[in-house]
Amino acid sequence: MSTTHQRYYVPHDSGWPIFGAVALLLVGYGAASWVTQAGKPEGGNGVYIFWAGIALLVVMLFGWFGTVIRESTSGLYSDQLDRSFRQCMAWFIFSEVMFFLAFFGALFYARVIAVPWLGGAGNNAMTGELLWPQFDAVWPVLKTPGGTETQPMPWSGIPLINTLILLASSVTLQVAHTAIELGNRARLKVFLGLTIVLGAVFLGFQVYEYVHAYRDLGLRLDSGIYGNTFFLLTGFHGLHVTIGAILLLVIWLRIVIKDHFTADKHFGFQAAAWYWHFVDVVWLNLFIFVYVL
Amino acid sequence: MSTEQTGALHPGEHLDHEHKPRGITRWLYSTNHKDIGTLYLLFSLAMLFIGGSLAMVIRAELFQPGLQFVDPHFFNQMTTVHGLVMVFGAVMPAFVGLANWMVPLMIGAPDMALPRVNNWSFWILPCAFAILLSTLFMEGGAPAAGWTFYAPLSTTYSSDSTAFFVLAVHLMGVSSIMGAINIIVTIFNMRAPGMTWMKLPLFVWTWLITAFLLIAVMPVLAGVVTMVLTDKYFGTSFFDAAGGGDPVMFQHIFWFFGHPEVYIMILPAFGIISAIIPTFARKPLFGYESMVVATASIAILSFLVWGHHMFTVGMPVAAELFFMYATMLIAVPTGVKVFNWVATMWRGSMTFEVPMMFALAFIVLFTIGGLSGLMLAITPADFQYQDTYFVVAHFHYVLVTGAVFGIIAGVYYWLPKWTGVMYSERLAQTHFWCSLVSVNILFFPMHFVGLAGMPRRIPDYALQFADLNALMSIGGLLFGLSQLLFVWGVVRCMRGVGDKASDRVWEGAQGLEWEIPSPAPYHTFETPPVVK
Ligand code: HEM
Ligand SMILES: [Cu+2]
Repeated sequence: MSTTHQRYYVPHDSGWPIFGAVALLLVGYGAASWVTQAGKPEGGNGVYIFWAGIALLVVMLFGWFGTVIRESTSGLYSDQLDRSFRQCMAWFIFSEVMFFLAFFGALFYARVIAVPWLGGAGNNAMTGELLWPQFDAVWPVLKTPGGTETQPMPWSGIPLINTLILLASSVTLQVAHTAIELGNRARLKVFLGLTIVLGAVFLGFQVYEYVHAYRDLGLRLDSGIYGNTFFLLTGFHGLHVTIGAILLLVIWLRIVIKDHFTADKHFGFQAAAWYWHFVDVVWLNLFIFVYVL
Repeated sequence: MSTEQTGALHPGEHLDHEHKPRGITRWLYSTNHKDIGTLYLLFSLAMLFIGGSLAMVIRAELFQPGLQFVDPHFFNQMTTVHGLVMVFGAVMPAFVGLANWMVPLMIGAPDMALPRVNNWSFWILPCAFAILLSTLFMEGGAPAAGWTFYAPLSTTYSSDSTAFFVLAVHLMGVSSIMGAINIIVTIFNMRAPGMTWMKLPLFVWTWLITAFLLIAVMPVLAGVVTMVLTDKYFGTSFFDAAGGGDPVMFQHIFWFFGHPEVYIMILPAFGIISAIIPTFARKPLFGYESMVVATASIAILSFLVWGHHMFTVGMPVAAELFFMYATMLIAVPTGVKVFNWVATMWRGSMTFEVPMMFALAFIVLFTIGGLSGLMLAITPADFQYQDTYFVVAHFHYVLVTGAVFGIIAGVYYWLPKWTGVMYSERLAQTHFWCSLVSVNILFFPMHFVGLAGMPRRIPDYALQFADLNALMSIGGLLFGLSQLLFVWGVVRCMRGVGDKASDRVWEGAQGLEWEIPSPAPYHTFETPPVVK
């Protein structure tokens, strides 16, 4: 515990949280309505409610973080509060890990248990025989028991390039990190910028890969358990890359335009960097378990 | 245990610091852990009555065999929404409210680690429940697949309420995860100097571990509801064998969340009971360290026992045996706790104010629930009990006479500290005895009809169960009415009616929260106290 007894900053009332709660209400209600209305001839307003909610959420993020930055630069924050931020971020990333674990769990269960059983493994010979005798229980499931067909996504090519890109982005980010600690602003700007560019290239390749999958391979979200796990895992990962890249971009803009952060106070930078490394690690697992194996 | 510490407040500190914001914005914009705690508790109370009303519909329909009031589909909506509201709306928020109020006071912190995020966590909850409850008024009705929403009931055979349910659960998850992160970081980072780990009150310990469980499993729940959503609306087949998936996979992922979830709902109650028993036995808690270790081992084991909800689904025998033994292993640390509470009372100078009465009832009745849990854990026996009223009896003993009684005990225990006035002991004792008797009329016969084969979640039943069901329905009505006494008692205190409470409130109370004035000032411990 700090013995210096610097006061822990307890902020005054703030309207942003409830503003954000209403935004989430609109996002949630809008998304649910949208999903149920999509494809129905009469359509509906869900899509508008959803995007209105997202817009409010963005406004809230700007307002809230703006307040935090003002408070921080005016010296209200103690070391203890800084530790709170760090620990919160670490636990938040842990919760994200558990979210991905649910989908990896589904992948492993399908590969190790569900699909072999459908093919008659274990004591399920009759299941295979009576339900879908022609089903070939191999991974990837290119023909589902119900008969949907697809083709596999090879790991060489774009996925491999993307792996190298993300690994490289981790290195550039690390260089940027060292640069901020050494006070080398020029190098910081270049290498942080480079990281963002690499992230954007990654996303570009992924979009290209998705188009390729849909158009040429017939690999779709609804092509059975292989397509399901493929698109949900890579899709949620891509979403996280997008969020991470936006975080880094905001940090970069703050550095370039406002000259924020110093050699020893740069939690915002660090949080975004942690997040980026986490996204990176998830990708490595994805590459191994979704593509290669 | 923190019993010996005197939270020496430096004299003349800012305890008179009372500039409360006024009007409605005090609540809407609050960054004060006490106000936010109050909001959580009031929200939870409202949900308790909404969930209770749904239960009344269930019990009314089950009062007699045959179909009287509602059609089966609506009946399913009632059981489903009742479960969801009670679990996510009543029990969990009540504990978060208690944590908000008490954790900073117990560890000598000025507030929660991130007060604005704390406010956000709260206000997301009413939004989530607005979405969930709105489905009751939708075409096709509310979710009807049970609070466990097994696929394919929640996918192929569900109404469009599924989408709203899924998004509502996402919001609840966001709220819970942020709330849990706040609590965990508060405990790690905001303890007053000298408040070492092994001096933490047990309520703080149990919440620390609960918060860890929340952060670990709420995202898994988010994952599984997402798969339900994509299965229903986006053509995936995670839970559909025709696409290479498996409906059993739903159960695995759901219960990987679900079993730790039931401990999320009981561990904080263990903490409350561990605070109350020593106070009214006027002895320090017996076996403090073993309590901490037991709580931690329960939490770890709770990740390894989910299969006991799936004994009849067709797992390999090795898995059935593993889950059976792992489940029984949990009974050991649970037993340690019960033993320690009893040993704390041994030769204590006990008095029986209402918090103590609820705590005693908790020990006896929760143990009944634990024992029926052990019966359910026996794989071959569970083939008989699964999906009968015996299971309903089990989880209502652990959840109502366990979790809810724990919450009520805690509310009575700390109410004088919050409001500055004593509740009416006579009114509260009446509340206690009415609750105790009616809750057993309500739930105890469920063991019998369950063992005799009455299935759960069915609006009709065989004639031989008629008498006991009528009895249970009467018990349910009485239990619901008894809670009005609770509301009355709490409202009295909130309005300041009653005797003035002293700072220590209870003769035997120990810990930092009793060193500050009653009612607790708006801001406390702005400079950390030194714990000796
Ligand atoms: C000694 C401790 C416990 C053991 C051995 C145990 C065992 C079990 C077993 C085997 C089942 C599955 C029964 C079936 O569906 O056939 C079950 C169900 C359940 N238990 Fe426990 N349990 C214990 C404690 C608890 C506690 C502390 C809680 C909550 C606070 C709890 C809440 C539940 C709930 C809600 C269900 C039913 C879930 C559903 O199907 O809707 N249990 N328990
Ligand atoms: Cu369980």
